[in-house]
Amino acid sequence: MADLVRVNNLVKYFDIGPGEKVHAVDDVSLSIGEREIVGLVGESGSGKSTFGKTLLGLHVKTSGQVLYKGEALPNKYKPNDFRMYAPHMQMIFQDPYSSLNPRMTIGEIVGEGLKLHSNLSQVVIRERVIDWLQQVGLQADHISRYPHAFSGGQLQRIGIARALILEPEFVVCDEPISALDVSVQAQVVNLLDDLKNRLGLTLLFIAHDLSMVRYVSDRMAVMYLGSLVEVGAADDVFFDPKHPYTKVLIGSNPEPDPISERKRKSTTIQGEIPSPVNIPDGCRFANRCPEVMDICRHKTPILISLTNLANEQKPRQVACHLFT
Amino acid sequence: MRRCVIVNNPPIQGQGPEQPILSVKDLAVEFDTYGGTVQAVRGVSFDVHAGQTLAIVGESGCGKSVTVQSIMGLIPMPPGRITSGSAIYRDTDILGRKTINGQDIRGDQIGMIFQDPMTSLNPTMNIGSQIAETLTVHRGHSKKQAFARAIELLEMSKIPEPEKRAKQYPFEFSGGMLQRAMIAMTIACEPAILIADEPTTALDVTIQAQILDLMVDLQQQNGMSIILITHDLGVVARMADHVLVMYAGQIVEQGSVDDIFYRSGHPYTLGLRAAMPTNAKEGNSALTPIDGSPPDLFQPPQGCGYCPRCPHAMQICQDQLPTLHELASPTDDANTLGHAARCWLHHEANTQTVEAIHRVHSVPNG
Ligand SMILES: Nc1ncnc2c1ncn2[C@@H]1O[C@H](COP(=O)(O)OP(=O)(O)O)[C@@H](O)[C@H]1O
Ligand SMILES: Nc1ncnc2c1ncn2[C@@H]1O[C@H](COP(=O)(O)OP(=O)(O)O)[C@@H](O)[C@H]1O
Ligand code: SF4
Ligand SMILES: [Mg+2]
Ligand SMILES: [Mg+2]
Repeated sequence: MADLVRVNNLVKYFDIGPGEKVHAVDDVSLSIGEREIVGLVGESGSGKSTFGKTLLGLHVKTSGQVLYKGEALPNKYKPNDFRMYAPHMQMIFQDPYSSLNPRMTIGEIVGEGLKLHSNLSQVVIRERVIDWLQQVGLQADHISRYPHAFSGGQLQRIGIARALILEPEFVVCDEPISALDVSVQAQVVNLLDDLKNRLGLTLLFIAHDLSMVRYVSDRMAVMYLGSLVEVGAADDVFFDPKHPYTKVLIGSNPEPDPISERKRKSTTIQGEIPSPVNIPDGCRFANRCPEVMDICRHKTPILISLTNLANEQKPRQVACHLFT
Repeated sequence: MRRCVIVNNPPIQGQGPEQPILSVKDLAVEFDTYGGTVQAVRGVSFDVHAGQTLAIVGESGCGKSVTVQSIMGLIPMPPGRITSGSAIYRDTDILGRKTINGQDIRGDQIGMIFQDPMTSLNPTMNIGSQIAETLTVHRGHSKKQAFARAIELLEMSKIPEPEKRAKQYPFEFSGGMLQRAMIAMTIACEPAILIADEPTTALDVTIQAQILDLMVDLQQQNGMSIILITHDLGVVARMADHVLVMYAGQIVEQGSVDDIFYRSGHPYTLGLRAAMPTNAKEGNSALTPIDGSPPDLFQPPQGCGYCPRCPHAMQICQDQLPTLHELASPTDDANTLGHAARCWLHHEANTQTVEAIHRVHSVPNG
């Protein structure tokens, strides 16, 4: 599988005061294959959204490089660059209520991208919008309604139609189901899966529901305090996590199965994710890690490939001194 | 699974040997709104047993919060109105009542925590003093005594450096720490019942696990009952002894946690389970969404509220509200008493078997 997107050593710091920076994304490298779904998980504040946005040029990079089909994307996007790349790369946001302009009709919202990025006539744009509304399970006559007339699940599908009408190849989905009821989450996930198969989409699927990420993704990447700690095939990471943080994360995920919950050994850890302003030396997880060693407190572990996992089809990478 | 004894008069949950500590019967709550009257809760009955955890699960807007707010006397009136029902707590009906024998019910006998702890914390007062205030008001402690106890309670709630934390203000606490502080404040008076309305919904999964562990620890220490509202079936599986599944203002299924997960009797319960990943190692069976949306509670349907979304709906489902049908348990386990579903499929005259509905949903059942 060829890489569609390749991120090399991406860094994004936010300046928040004299000499103070939020290390939102710190030296992250990740490649995403064509037609692959990569799930990105981690606690809130770990840098998932910033990674997705910086990758798409919605934030200016502090350093690092993003390659799209082998070609480096601009470091700082000019308006013209958005015009060039938007049709290829799109983003779907978490909150369907606030990410859609309440004063625009559904037709205007979904058609906006085509109006900005194509030379198509009004009539053709309208046809495309109707086609997309139907593809996401809505009706043609919804085109003249306003967002308030729709449920959360419908609004999220409108957000998907808006992003996909440009027929992008790569879509960053930032918590697209987190605000939805369980019964509706499945609608949106199945829709994305169906569109992926029909259109050959490549997705970065950001979420904090581990079961859902495992269900949706081919590979899973786990982020902690701005860094990746583990990457691998979704099932391998889910059922056989290697990094101590991944173990805790997956051990904390409650399963909808009372018998396995009764058998569960508590794997909770104390403490909370530290501030991304004062990044500790060494491993970022050291102060909470149940398996911490001396070296962890002063040497930063880098993401390395594990070579001794014979029966795994996809390379597993872990950033932890237990494996170095 | 066998069906079924028909009971026209709920409730039937948990007819264990002991008297329930709280028994809610036929609760109905309405709200006057701009668009008309919302029938938010439509005849809900259930029991809470000492030392046990009752989970209430269902999608947003189905009436979970309104149900417990009624017990807590938190329904704003107007626009709200409790149109029927009773809530018997230790032989006294507490619906619409503030005290028993001169003691406040709320905050003393029954405590409550919310999804957003800031709704019940004062941003201008340090955490220790807020907890202490509960004790000076409800227990007549001196200020000094109460503050010392507040520090102990913070420690019990696993807040590191409790002496230092007690002197800090809410803004200095993270979301997880605030929820612990709320728990400390709520258990100050050793309530018989702790009501937790989506206490971990806004928290990360590792912090959620800490808070749930804390609730279990405290329950084991002081034997309180917990009513836990959540929309997360994983949290239900981890925490609950008994479960109420709510839909459109009614309880559509109730039973032990194993009844609900392994012997689901209502198509909505099965629908919820089929809509989420199972975490099974061998393969990923496809998720089945529940199409459509819950009915309009301005004009609740005369038949079953789930009918328009239900893959098994029959003519009668549209015409008549299903009664609660008691479901016989597969064993004599006392723990499974009180399993019931509000669904016509369990009527004696129905020819579809319950085994057949489980096959349609392709979820494993015991
Ligand atoms: N525009 C911004 N300015 C300053 N800090 C920011 C900004 N956006 C995000 N951050 C900070 O960067 C860190 C990572 O945030 P985010 O990427 O939103 O995490 P996640 O999506 O994993 O919850 C957080 O500490 C957040 O507060
Ligand atoms: N104060 C209120 N005024 C008007 N309607 C309300 C009020 N509180 C709740 N409701 C309505 O009652 C119904 C049930 O709400 P709620 O119990 O909060 O649902 P849940 O907690 O299950 O998500 C909803 O339709 C909601 O809009
Ligand atoms: S009563 Fe009828 S419509 Fe309602 S859940 Fe049962 S079968 Fe479905
Ligand atoms: Mg985010
Ligand atoms: Mg609620």
